[in-house]
Amino acid sequence: MKFLYLALTLATGGLLIFGALDMPAWGDPNSPANSHVSPRYIEQSFHETEVPNMVTAVLADYRSFDTLGETTVVFTAAICCLLLLRRFRKESGS
Amino acid sequence: MIHEQESIVIKTVARLLVPFIQLFALYVIMHGHSSPGGGFQGGVILAASFILLSIAYGLDEVKRRFSIKALTVLTSAGVFLYAGTGVLCLLLGENFLDYGVLPVVEPRGMGMLAIEIGVGITVMAAMVSIFHDLLDFE
Amino acid sequence: MEFLSGHANYFVYIMLMMIGLYGMMAKKNLVKKLVGMNIFQWSLILFFVSIGAKEGGTIPIVEGAHGHGAEIVIQASHYVNPLPHVLMLTAIVVGVGTTGVALAVLLNLYKKYKTLDEDEIIGKL
Repeated sequence: MKFLYLALTLATGGLLIFGALDMPAWGDPNSPANSHVSPRYIEQSFHETEVPNMVTAVLADYRSFDTLGETTVVFTAAICCLLLLRRFRKESGS
Repeated sequence: MIHEQESIVIKTVARLLVPFIQLFALYVIMHGHSSPGGGFQGGVILAASFILLSIAYGLDEVKRRFSIKALTVLTSAGVFLYAGTGVLCLLLGENFLDYGVLPVVEPRGMGMLAIEIGVGITVMAAMVSIFHDLLDFE
Repeated sequence: MEFLSGHANYFVYIMLMMIGLYGMMAKKNLVKKLVGMNIFQWSLILFFVSIGAKEGGTIPIVEGAHGHGAEIVIQASHYVNPLPHVLMLTAIVVGVGTTGVALAVLLNLYKKYKTLDEDEIIGKL
């Protein structure tokens, strides 16, 4: 079975390398990720939010509803661990 | 279950480092909107200080100072502070989480600071609570 | 040669992703599967951060912004792309939370079946 897994892994890696050949080079200022949406955030976020840190401006202002969801996910993870692991017993039982 | 370490070097270094780690974590949270940092990062640094204390002094010592019930309450208090800021904006006549109407100077920065504090409290309490729950199991 | 140095980051992330995928499929121990999943997740996080890089760009924090300089002209080419940083920042913390939940489930499994081997647990079901 291990040869099947190895072959699947190598096939996936080969496909991904084939796909990566067409990706833009590292640090290319004209790559699609750097030229379509982000210039608008970089140029306007300081004037719109008056906050110098663009990461925080996007995280806590433009996408604040999304961050509320992420915080709820962390909260849910803590409650999940509490319900799965903590023993709800009286103090006398130590 | 982690018990108290024997080595005096580990205990002394942990005791000396923890206040500075916590101070740095508070700095990272409070300056999240004007320098590198934010609620997630600062909360994780703050949780790391409590985990270091747990490793050096044992879980019971940390629980005696900072009870696990308080951690559970803090976990939900952070989310409450976050959503409460949004509802406050709603009550002042704007959209949910639109900080422009808060009655303070630099309303957008202060609104972001409020929700970053909420995120920091939640992340810190959740990390420490997960760590304690995982180690306390039987 | 220039092509290889420009795309070396993608090849590193693909290697990491292959390691994680193989670990998830081939290992029988559930904790090793979880470690494989974490390696997979980190390869994706590093990939996302790397596509935000920009040559000649600095960190995405406006320089000289203190003192309400509303007239500051900001050139997009001077700062790296902040959007992948935002998305991955939350992904890292959520990843820690999900790993904690996975470990909690594994602890309960071990308490019930006294083993973490996948085949033995399926045999005992």
